[in-house]
Amino acid sequence: MKRILVGIKRVVDANVRIRVKPDGSGVITDGVKMAINPFDEIALEEALRIKERGAAEEVVVATIGPADSQQQLRTALAMGADRALHVQADGVIEPLSAARALLKLIEREQPFLVILGKQAIDDDNGQTGQVLAALWNRPQATYASKLELSGETARVTREVDAGLETIEVDLPAVITTDLRLNEPRYVKLPDIMKAKKKPLDTLNFAALGVEPRQQLKLVRFEPPPQRQKGIRVKDAAELVEALRKKGLL
Amino acid sequence: MSARILVVAEHDGNKLNASTAKCVSCARALAGAEITVVVLAADATAVGAQAAQLAGVARVLTVENAANLHPLAAVLAPQIVALAAPFTHLLGPSTTFGKDLMARVAGLLEAPQVSDIMAIESATRFRRPIYAGNALLTVESSGQGKVVGTVRMASFEAAAAGAAAAPIEKATVSVPLPTYTRFISVSAAKTDRPDLQTAARVISGGRALGSADGFKILYSLADRMGAAVGASRAAVDAGYAPNEMQVGQTGKIIAPELYVAVGISGAIQHLTGIKDARTIVAINKDGEAPIFEVADFGLVGDLFQIIPEIERLIS
Repeated sequence: MKRILVGIKRVVDANVRIRVKPDGSGVITDGVKMAINPFDEIALEEALRIKERGAAEEVVVATIGPADSQQQLRTALAMGADRALHVQADGVIEPLSAARALLKLIEREQPFLVILGKQAIDDDNGQTGQVLAALWNRPQATYASKLELSGETARVTREVDAGLETIEVDLPAVITTDLRLNEPRYVKLPDIMKAKKKPLDTLNFAALGVEPRQQLKLVRFEPPPQRQKGIRVKDAAELVEALRKKGLL
Repeated sequence: MSARILVVAEHDGNKLNASTAKCVSCARALAGAEITVVVLAADATAVGAQAAQLAGVARVLTVENAANLHPLAAVLAPQIVALAAPFTHLLGPSTTFGKDLMARVAGLLEAPQVSDIMAIESATRFRRPIYAGNALLTVESSGQGKVVGTVRMASFEAAAAGAAAAPIEKATVSVPLPTYTRFISVSAAKTDRPDLQTAARVISGGRALGSADGFKILYSLADRMGAAVGASRAAVDAGYAPNEMQVGQTGKIIAPELYVAVGISGAIQHLTGIKDARTIVAINKDGEAPIFEVADFGLVGDLFQIIPEIERLIS
């Protein structure tokens, strides 16, 4: 079966104002709205579109995280994924551990394409896709803004600092998504009802034969320094004058 | 044991990217570190010589291979790993080049990666931004094994030229290189303006510019000021400006002396990209826009009148 594996992560919603705990042990997540990482939503949307145009037969969505992550898997199923896999894990899961678990899922599911977000908006590591491609010894196409499949290869347009780069990769491959790849669909109420009947399997690291390892200790969280609020100028002339005074013009 | 740091050079085949000098600065923050720069290229002559000029660099390694003509992470990563044995740290820039490549290196080494290093406190302690810069996190590695890192460009000044050039050695790497990734093309607008990532002055436009045509008043003022031009995500999404001009969490994170935000409301993801600017100017018709919360100088009004007037005033 032509299958696409999509990885998603449960993160604090992009619109929530982040606050660091006073004791510096983390950020406040209690009672905070959670969501699918926006880049992962784009990854899922792309997989669904590929399936809808007949280039794939099944979309499997996977996550690694605490029990509550099943909420995001249900949302992904409501968007249109066929099945969900939940690798239950509490605490810190570093990119290497996540990639090892995903590699085990790849061995079981044999996808021809793996699509992940380019980074999660909580820890902003931006590593898992590349680490997975390295462990799997397969191509990576990061920061994708366009994906075209033809037979055994994919042509990917990547958003790079210089502009747009196009590469061709043999399949299977790991793709990571950038913002302009697509606009994810909204979930409709009937789809939420239907998603409740779709299969969701729960696994854990031990069942996959992977031991999660934390190589970086989280020592301290702190808020960033705040910028001082500046002054208002009344017109262009006053602005130019002020910038000249500071030697900026 | 003192640190031995390998910095992976970013370049276009002819010119060393300024990001490499910033990685060297980051490495120099670790007292006593021995810094080696590796240049992987088809022909490393010019770039190797430039890398050898950077202050603090002890040695430059060049790895020449026709397969290195275009920077493909899958091709470069195994060569870096083949050279990695003597080093304690492997650093690359937090640019699309470095982010794509270094995490693949970390994967092959099964080593931890610290992304977006903004400060090195010791050989094992690093500080980095998380949650789009809304929190800073200090992490500590075990001291066993290697650490891979990407260096946040806005946090370091470029290393200057040193007194004497470092020796350049050709390294031979014999590892199988995958052929499953192939470069096709790169499209980049040619511009005479300064590079957005390193410019001392940047003028950025938002959706309020209204069209690609609307951006012309910014280009005109930028040329008068010797500034680079950037854009908000909204302006890039709307097609007013190309993706390489995007400033913000998922675009470029910059630290110019002067940043002028024109018609940009100041979404948190945009502010992430400009936090380290020395002076921020905001020009917006909405006096309540969040950009004014971080601006040193704010001007409320019609940008289509204000921008040409500024240009007249400084001509």
